[in-house]
Amino acid sequence: MSPATVSLKPEISVDFDAEKIRADFPILKLKIDGKPLVYLDNAASSQMPQQVIDRLVRYQTTQHANINRAVHYLSEVATMEYHTARCKLQQFINAREDREVIFTSGTTDSINLVMHGYGRKFIKAGDEIILTTLEHHSNIVPWQMLANEKGAKIRVVPINDKGELEVDEYEKLFNERTKFVGLIHVSNALGTINPVQRMIDFAHQHGVPVLIDGAQAAPHITIDVQALDCDFYAFSAHKLCGPTGVGILYGKAALLESMQPFKGGGDMIASVTFEETLYNTIPHKFEAGTPPIAAAIGFGAAVDYLSAIGIERIAAYELSLLNYATERLNDIPGVKIIGTAAEKTAVISFTIDGIHPHDIGTILNQDGIAVRTGHHCAQPVMQRFNVPATSRASFAFYNKKTEVDALVAGIKNVQKVFL
Amino acid sequence: MHTNSLYQEVILDHNRKPRNYGKLDHANHQAVGHNPLCGDRLDITLQLENDQINDIAFQGESCAICKASASMMTAAVKGKSRLDAETLIHEFRELATGKLDTTHPHHLGRLTVFSGIRDLPTRVKCAILPWHTLHAALNSITSASTEENHDSAHAVVSSKS
Ligand SMILES: Cc1ncc(COP(=O)(O)O)c(C=O)c1O
Repeated sequence: MSPATVSLKPEISVDFDAEKIRADFPILKLKIDGKPLVYLDNAASSQMPQQVIDRLVRYQTTQHANINRAVHYLSEVATMEYHTARCKLQQFINAREDREVIFTSGTTDSINLVMHGYGRKFIKAGDEIILTTLEHHSNIVPWQMLANEKGAKIRVVPINDKGELEVDEYEKLFNERTKFVGLIHVSNALGTINPVQRMIDFAHQHGVPVLIDGAQAAPHITIDVQALDCDFYAFSAHKLCGPTGVGILYGKAALLESMQPFKGGGDMIASVTFEETLYNTIPHKFEAGTPPIAAAIGFGAAVDYLSAIGIERIAAYELSLLNYATERLNDIPGVKIIGTAAEKTAVISFTIDGIHPHDIGTILNQDGIAVRTGHHCAQPVMQRFNVPATSRASFAFYNKKTEVDALVAGIKNVQKVFL
Repeated sequence: MHTNSLYQEVILDHNRKPRNYGKLDHANHQAVGHNPLCGDRLDITLQLENDQINDIAFQGESCAICKASASMMTAAVKGKSRLDAETLIHEFRELATGKLDTTHPHHLGRLTVFSGIRDLPTRVKCAILPWHTLHAALNSITSASTEENHDSAHAVVSSKS
């Protein structure tokens, strides 16, 4: 960029025009039973702006063919666009090289890739894997399967009453048998932001690699995998205003190269005979078969969209929503917020005295309010707080204060029904 | 359907003051029902003599829909024959899944307040769980779950007869 084009306007503008942003999301115009949709289930999946929808349409109407395989025009365009999407993701997380970004079907798939590719090759009987109480089932079950298969052991980092990791306890878990750490960046059930930098640094002092489950972090926190120095980082497009069916695994190139493939098939090979198969280079070694090409390109458009707004601005606006909602919910007698960490994303898990979360969800739905109820695929968290389930409101940058007000009115209505 | 019509006074009343709540000491049939999707569980104990349900009780952790359904169910089947209870179980399942033709004669009576549940697919299981569990208890099946073929390892069920 030539100096002449540098703008002196501050990049982060203070006011955040939620109405203008909302206009980008066609689904937000929906009415549920005649009531405007109040979508507060963004931690489960966020909505897609017109810009991303348009990108998918453009790909599907003018660019689609299979990739990496043919010499014809469309195949070359599709291959190039797919590669461009990979580069956008590389930039989004500041990876050193594009080949360190593997397209998967989502966070779950990414974690399973690491379990099979790294875990099954390098974890042995007696080894220990450290996980935390806050993990989503997708970062527990694969490691349990591995531990059962290998005779390895899982050690769990506890949390305090606010839902924060007890980092001192984490550090005490390390010994010469510790071989892997799986760590959730932001808790989907409570919104807790974990001190991953400190925890990664500590693991590295012991020569232990760290996988970060960033499914709930990537939409709200600027991710710099080089600064974090994490070994693996995973997240899904559908929580970042992108399509379902695609996600990424970032891995350090040297580690990815040392790993065994996860799935076998087309595109992941260099040559095949019935005696022997030579695997392709990374990232292709881990992308067997036809990948979700359209979804990956949509993913690229989604991170473009978010980057254009700016993750920092998004986070600042969401924090203001969180603070407002926390204050309003704390004012309602009988409502208890579960998860009160000092560092949180805009997630509020709550219970209402004497009322089951499922009834809360159903009655809120009659006011057009979408919240998640249940255990949020994080049963150990529920057990820690001695509740079978919670209701969870999770906010995105396109939510507004009046929607918090609608939630508050909805909760009061639930209490009235059960009076 | 408007959800309000589901949370009717009858249902709210049975939720607040569940009938036949607790556990029978003299039960000769029992089962535990489990909804693995939400973690709800329900114990049913009953006393069956000469194929008649002399007494029945339930207890457990559940949402209002499930609890009211269990409460009204126990009231409906108490004193009935096993066969009559099975008919009700069948009819209630049909009702909850929207398959029952209510213009034809049936035996559900006030239990039709649950007809609105058919429009809330995610809640159908809550209403049906007590009936599944009753069926299991009557037939001494070792487990009841809202998930067919679900591994019952975590739904420890004792069923004696
Ligand atoms: C923290 C966390 N990890 C993993 C996942 C799994 O993501 P996906 O279902 O897209 O694979 C989720 C999504 O619910 C999540 O919130």
